[in-house]
Amino acid sequence: MSDHCIIIGASHAGVNCAFALRKEGWKGRITLVDADPELPYHRPPLSKTFLTSNDPIDKHSLKSAESYRSEAIDLLLGVQVDKLDSGEHQITLSNGERLGFNQLVLATGARPIKPNIQGLDQASYAYPLRTASDVNNIKNAVGINAKKVVIIGGGYIGLEIAASLNQLGHEITLLERENRILARVTVPEMSQYFEDLHGRHGVRIHTDKEVVAVNDHKVSCSDGSSYQADVIVIGVGITVNQELAVDAGIEVDNGILVDGACRTNLQDIYAIGDCTNHHNPHYGTNIRLESVQNASDQAKIAAANICGNPINYNSIPWFWSDQYNIKLQIVGLSDGFTDKIVRHEEADIDKFSIWYFKGPELLAVDAVNNAKAYVLGTKFIKDEIKVNKTKLLDSDVQLKPAELTSI
Amino acid sequence: MAKITFITQSGESIAAEAKDGSLMELAKNNNVSGIEGECGGVCSCTTCHVHIEANYYSKTGAPGDIEADMLELDDHVSEYSRLGCQVQITAELDGMMVHVANE
Repeated sequence: MSDHCIIIGASHAGVNCAFALRKEGWKGRITLVDADPELPYHRPPLSKTFLTSNDPIDKHSLKSAESYRSEAIDLLLGVQVDKLDSGEHQITLSNGERLGFNQLVLATGARPIKPNIQGLDQASYAYPLRTASDVNNIKNAVGINAKKVVIIGGGYIGLEIAASLNQLGHEITLLERENRILARVTVPEMSQYFEDLHGRHGVRIHTDKEVVAVNDHKVSCSDGSSYQADVIVIGVGITVNQELAVDAGIEVDNGILVDGACRTNLQDIYAIGDCTNHHNPHYGTNIRLESVQNASDQAKIAAANICGNPINYNSIPWFWSDQYNIKLQIVGLSDGFTDKIVRHEEADIDKFSIWYFKGPELLAVDAVNNAKAYVLGTKFIKDEIKVNKTKLLDSDVQLKPAELTSI
Repeated sequence: MAKITFITQSGESIAAEAKDGSLMELAKNNNVSGIEGECGGVCSCTTCHVHIEANYYSKTGAPGDIEADMLELDDHVSEYSRLGCQVQITAELDGMMVHVANE
């Protein structure tokens, strides 16, 4: 049998890995399998421009159909993998077909959590948002006339959907279980900024709202309040698709455990992207990330190692979120920060940055409409440059490397 | 219709044609090495960094504010740097040569 690398999951991680394998010189077969029938696409636009425009999903393809042909990458779309037999080096597809592999990459990603809400299963007007098909369902449900939309969950996805549907003229209510939106991912100042931003656009955000029941277009909370909904969108987080791995005897702990080369504990089996729990050398911590950056970077690392080029993952994470005309860019991991500096620019309330420190060390920067702060933060973190905090706090001091590093 | 030639860091030359869309999309569709377009074209990364041929630069125009800030500290920045996702293809750009900034 000739060499065959199978990649399970054809989103950012899987697709990038397939092309990276060719770049690294993999001469054997490459098969990419995914249950999603669409030509693989960018996911971030799903809650943003794909939701607000009438463009077909092809507009957001990760690669053209021709690219797969020219690189001899076989796409098996609309097919699920039912079983992974690591000993036999074989997978079984939902159509019964069995495929053997020499090397396997798990890029299985995650799926939306279905919250335990009474009546939700019967509510045909409630949707998650993870795939192009989910978004098409939401688009069809909201239609062109203004609808009452209730979004459950105030994380980035929920907020992006709120902004997009608000711009389409729908009446949006967002319900968050915690006492502030984005509670899991950022500091109170940033939560407050986004709550105000959405408020200015007419989105009603209610916090401390635990949704307990959905019945006849009414969303009821534990405190007795209730909200009318023509359409419900659920964005309460994701759960990792790790069942295949678990059944095959691969170690998991809040994601599929991988080493710096993206190898699992089983020989010839790698894992990449949202489904992995990996070590970040810069921060010295184990982490699971839901991000395009991590998916693309791990894809390249796995491809290199499969082809005998022993390199290790060593990335500074970065993220972004676009809502209305606001661009939030994040670099680094702020977990464990001891102090922070909030820096405003030019009396513009929509342009500021939050710099997170652990003692003298810069950990992360959240930049709102401020790409300068974002790229500067990236450079300081990567090069481990010490920042003069007094100068950073002074908005008269320019955001330039030389200005902010001098004593 | 505009014919645009991408020159990669390894010196490969790839000619491609489009009537609209962005330079990044054109490069991606033609599998141009060094153009990743990781953020999907929203000016949030710099993986579609290109250097525009000098005599076409007046036609593409200079970077916008966010784009300029994203490019400012890039290792490969030049006076003709643009992010491919922010350059829309028009007939005016026919015959343009573009150097890919990243490997």
